[in-house]
Amino acid sequence: MIPLTYMMSLSAMIFAIGVAGVIIRRNILVMFMSIELMLNAVNLAFIAIGNRLGSMDGQVIVFFVMTVAAAESAVGLGIIISTFRNRETVHADDLTLMRW
Amino acid sequence: MPPFLYIFLGALAIVSALGVIVQRNPIHSLLALIGTLMTVAVLFIGEDAVVVGFLQIIVYAGAIMVLFLFVIWLLNLQVEAGPTGHLALKIFGSVAAALLVTELFFILTPPHLQVKFTHQPAGYGSLASLAGKLFTDYLVAFEVTSVLLLAAVVGSVALARKLPGTDDPRVARKIAS
Repeated sequence: MIPLTYMMSLSAMIFAIGVAGVIIRRNILVMFMSIELMLNAVNLAFIAIGNRLGSMDGQVIVFFVMTVAAAESAVGLGIIISTFRNRETVHADDLTLMRW
Repeated sequence: MPPFLYIFLGALAIVSALGVIVQRNPIHSLLALIGTLMTVAVLFIGEDAVVVGFLQIIVYAGAIMVLFLFVIWLLNLQVEAGPTGHLALKIFGSVAAALLVTELFFILTPPHLQVKFTHQPAGYGSLASLAGKLFTDYLVAFEVTSVLLLAAVVGSVALARKLPGTDDPRVARKIAS
């Protein structure tokens, strides 16, 4: 079996790429995709550790994370559509209504 | 799975994850994201999580990504021309990501965290064992999930619909011009 270090490193790198995407990109859709990347990195860590422990709990939690991700993307895309309808932009810097 | 396959899949996952954040066209970002999700699904299957791996392909790479695709089509986005975002932000983001990776390496790879390989029970990762856990220990969470999904469906419909009496600003502008 592959060492846990390898899987955790892979998970950490994908998570960091997701964080970098949220910071760097200003397109709301791509920021949203980066959030999905981070969720997946965490799922990978859950599956790897659950497998090493011989426990099904990790897989059950991944199942719940997927459900929450589905709900999150439905609501998030609804927000993006209504934002685009009112402001005609998907650029995060253009949305300054609540900026101090 | 042989170890070199893990290395290959890991490299593929990282390259396509980088593709998500460097592509200018949102459709290309989405395709790279689907590539990452598929690779991670194969890694799930390699880690004996067969059901969750297939669920990842069907639910994530299938349903959720099609939702993204529809939204990209609906918004009729243009490819971003010119530089995307500020240079300082890019440098800050890259440095922050590098620091985060270093920190996570130190947190996740000390020897005491390397759990011993325990013998897996028979049928580990099968549909029966997943369902057995889901409908006994996690029954309440599972039922609450249905309420969450219902709330999400109602919420997204309420968010995306046009309120009666408010005109679409684009239509109003077209009529005015």
